[in-house]
Amino acid sequence: MAAKANFETPAFRPYPVIPILKPGAMKGNGPFVAKPPMQEALGFPGELIDNWHDVAIEKMGELLKKYRSLRVYLDACVKCGACTDKCHYMIGTFDPKNMPVARQDLLRQVYRRYFTLAGKWFPKLVGAKDLTREVLDDWYNYFHQCSQCRRCSVFCPYGIDTADISMAAREILDSVGKGQKYCNEIIAKVYKIGNNLGLPEPALRDTLEGLEEDIKDETGVDVRLPVDEEGAEVLVITPSADFFAEPHIDGLIGYAKVFHQAGISWTLSSSASEAANFSMFIGSYENMRRVALRIREAAINLKVKRIIFGECGHAWRVAYSFLNTLVGPFDFLDQRYPIPQHICEFTYDLIQKGALKLDKSANDHRRVTFHDSCNVARASRMGDMPGGQFIIPREVIKASCNHFYDMPADTIHDQTYCCGGGGGLLTDDLMELRVKGALPRMEALKHVVDNYGVTHMAAICAICKTQFAKVLPYYGFEMDQIISVHQLVSDAIVLSVDEI
Amino acid sequence: MAIEVNGKTIDTDEEGYLTNLADWNEDVAKVLSGQDELELTENHWEVITFLREYYDEYQIAPAVRVLTKAIGKKLGPEKGNSKYLYELFPYGPAKQACRFAGLPKPTGCV
Repeated sequence: MAAKANFETPAFRPYPVIPILKPGAMKGNGPFVAKPPMQEALGFPGELIDNWHDVAIEKMGELLKKYRSLRVYLDACVKCGACTDKCHYMIGTFDPKNMPVARQDLLRQVYRRYFTLAGKWFPKLVGAKDLTREVLDDWYNYFHQCSQCRRCSVFCPYGIDTADISMAAREILDSVGKGQKYCNEIIAKVYKIGNNLGLPEPALRDTLEGLEEDIKDETGVDVRLPVDEEGAEVLVITPSADFFAEPHIDGLIGYAKVFHQAGISWTLSSSASEAANFSMFIGSYENMRRVALRIREAAINLKVKRIIFGECGHAWRVAYSFLNTLVGPFDFLDQRYPIPQHICEFTYDLIQKGALKLDKSANDHRRVTFHDSCNVARASRMGDMPGGQFIIPREVIKASCNHFYDMPADTIHDQTYCCGGGGGLLTDDLMELRVKGALPRMEALKHVVDNYGVTHMAAICAICKTQFAKVLPYYGFEMDQIISVHQLVSDAIVLSVDEI
Repeated sequence: MAIEVNGKTIDTDEEGYLTNLADWNEDVAKVLSGQDELELTENHWEVITFLREYYDEYQIAPAVRVLTKAIGKKLGPEKGNSKYLYELFPYGPAKQACRFAGLPKPTGCV
């Protein structure tokens, strides 16, 4: 089944020139379509409805009214071409429809036909097109070849937010009953069980107890990973992959050790046992709000004073940029701390205060680079300084190890390349896209591996970590070369035994 | 999609996971692993059996860490690591082994 690759991994390019285009290279049916129960759990029609055409146009009109930005983005493009070679999927797949402008135009052509005067009267002159079944299928296929990473937006002279356009397209598709299985199945699971993984509370408790034992065996210290502890100072909201996958789980152990050492009480929540909010990927405000509401409720029920988010890229975008307007106000939390706070900010503050003892030599067997995750890099911030989202994770790494090297400047910070699996594309049925889209990041990694002997790439996003663990071997690396930032902290931190 | 096992038709989803978990038996596992051109050895069965037991208790597959630890305890420290599990199940112990064991696919960022 899925075990074998039936595509070629792109070769490293001697020079990163624009590839020779292959029209239709990624034409196809797109990822698996959501089943009716998954759709209905989110309030969408179970399957493609008969009057999809009219409903889609009506939905587009509704979105244009609701989000003035969308109309501006659809109107403003002058086809300057600045974005064309900035997309990792275009670079890896050579498909011209993966040029951000061309992908956007799939939606823009229909917008022009139905919502602009010129398009209504002279469609051919202005590139306007009727919404046909073929166009709808193209939407489904190509808007699931955009990871909403917004790298192209950085280079757009008009600042067109491509992710917003992809989100709008997916929202229209959902509204006519053609949703994506991966995202919608997961959101339905969050409603039913509390997290993306479908990890029930007893399993969560069992896993955490096991981790406490592991830490005890390794360090001799009782470090706790508490669940539902009312009255704890801090509620930690982290991706459920942190309870399940490698290398994520080592990051979770790192958070626990930091809290232990800082002497600050904390708890996880069994009902909000997930930081991720995939509703953002499908552009659904209603679902995004419903998923975010769990966090507010957990914070109130557990009577915490602070909320801290674990290593999860898009969750941090939702948390930092939207949480307050989605489900605020958070006037019941301690106003002296950022609401919410990122685990890297928390650890960084402790390091600045000298509250953590870190033995960098514990990581001397590693030479480390850092992958900026797109939603952290381009859609949020950390700390109280401009660029804090770039500086703080790097400072945490540098405080934990002696050997740190950045990848080339045009592949990091706000110009970072997506891992290739973001935006709801981290699914096995898109493996070809994921491998090909990882090319620019893999080239940047190879650069620091060849020039500085880098052995590990650290990240602060569950999607990035899983994606790299999967695609690194396709490019001749080892799957365990991707690690959590807090894994470095975990290995360097010097624990003191509780005083009794 | 469906598979044929001993003359019986058994439904799977588009990713090859059993639609109805109760349809599972050892012959089903053999057919599913055959799709990946993988022959199940005693070592594979040890993992599959553990997965099914864990699932019975918790309604979810174990975390990779829980799995490696349990295998290590039961079968010796040389087997208690993810490298060993990936050698057995090249597509990943969580997803591939779950499929052979008749369990649902773990979803999310994993």
